[in-house]
Amino acid sequence: MTSRHTAAGQAAQTPALTIDALGRKCPIPIIMLAEQINHVPLNAVVAVLADDPAAFTDIPAWCRLKSHHHVGSHELPQGGWSIHVRRNY
Amino acid sequence: MAYFDAASTEPLHPQAREALITALDAGWADPARLYGPARRARMLLEQARAEVAEVLGCRPDEVSFTASGTQAVHLGVLGAARGRRRAGRRLVVSAVEHSSVLHAAQVHERDGGSVETVGVGRTGVVDLAAFGAAVRGEGAGDRAGATGGGNAADGRGEGGGDAGGTALACLQTANHEVGTLQPVAEAAALCAEAGVPLLVDAAQTAGRMPLPGGWSVLAASAHKWGGPAGVGVLAVRKGTRWRGPLPEDERERRRVPGFENVPAIVAAAAALRAAAAGSEREGARLAALVDRIRAEVPRLVPDVEVIGEPAARAPHIVTFSCLYVEGEALLAELDKAGFSVSSGSSCTASTLRPSHVLEAMGVLTHGNVRVSLPRGTSTADVDRFLAVLPDIVRRIRAEAGVRS
Repeated sequence: MTSRHTAAGQAAQTPALTIDALGRKCPIPIIMLAEQINHVPLNAVVAVLADDPAAFTDIPAWCRLKSHHHVGSHELPQGGWSIHVRRNY
Repeated sequence: MAYFDAASTEPLHPQAREALITALDAGWADPARLYGPARRARMLLEQARAEVAEVLGCRPDEVSFTASGTQAVHLGVLGAARGRRRAGRRLVVSAVEHSSVLHAAQVHERDGGSVETVGVGRTGVVDLAAFGAAVRGEGAGDRAGATGGGNAADGRGEGGGDAGGTALACLQTANHEVGTLQPVAEAAALCAEAGVPLLVDAAQTAGRMPLPGGWSVLAASAHKWGGPAGVGVLAVRKGTRWRGPLPEDERERRRVPGFENVPAIVAAAAALRAAAAGSEREGARLAALVDRIRAEVPRLVPDVEVIGEPAARAPHIVTFSCLYVEGEALLAELDKAGFSVSSGSSCTASTLRPSHVLEAMGVLTHGNVRVSLPRGTSTADVDRFLAVLPDIVRRIRAEAGVRS
């Protein structure tokens, strides 16, 4: 499985909040994200750390369904990904 | 009890049961021998072959019976790739093929061939332009949407060269998990232009829909159309190069090793004829029930994604994913309520990975339910499903602490 990297030209934005969902199975990382995204200001970025392979597909899909922005996903050295989501509303 | 998992296996058709019981007595002898009972078994076998060929739209001598649909795919992919070894070693597949195709592709790759996987759009339709380019050997492994890969070194060469050519392309008629129809006729035309054979995996539509033309190799599975388990069909068009990957055996025109299961083959042919004869009417009826589920589920259940092509789809399959719901819990609750369905969610898979089909489409993989309606599904069963689903989803979400 390769990682989907940040779209070219998009300036990296420091996450305002990091959710540690490592070791948690889907849908828990997404439930955590849905609960906590409202804790950051508009246009801020939330990073979800997850290693369930379903999260890699499902967090971008959640962003599409919920009209938030999937900024990018980066592989973590210890396995899993840091998946960045920008709060749109 | 409502059985909604026809895409895994269709219950035995009554005409198949009848044919099976008769053929157990009449068709047990070795069809390769020369005495009376053997001649009778051979006659039954050849009659079944002719009937299957007629439904598939090919010649009887192009049809071989295998031990399963999976075996038909394995022999089809590896045999066609070997037969075209001198033309090239590239195998082109869509990202959403059945695992039997992808596993055969892995073997091809281990044997030194290359595999190019062509991506699909959000509804699961293969990227036809990318498929054509992959078949022609243009920019292998370099395209957005192509996943997996193959030997990068092999992809650098251009089409037409000795080792750089495409041996075989593979495309399903309809996806087994989401029901999306693939543009097989268009893909066949692209393959024909490039002089590349196309293997069509017709497992989900044989007996349910007319088969598209233009294929060189076709694979299907009898238990998916209401025949018994243990019978697959491998059809290889005249003029298609094919070289068996297994030790040689005189059975089934040297394509499939082992003693034919004549009674099961006879029953498979009876089921195929019966299914195909009723498919126009029954397909339309099931498609209307599927349309109803597609329309009602997102109305009745909040935060649901209905997956797959809305119109160009197999008549019997509908798939959706429920946000914040664990697929395994959903299956268990539906089972308790009397519904047999399947799921592409990772927690329901032995590998603990989400379905490669849902991943390739980029859709929600958790909380996934595949409903696939067998022949004869009643409107009342679908109504009951739609009545119990909202509360089941609400309960699972509440237990997980999701506020709705």
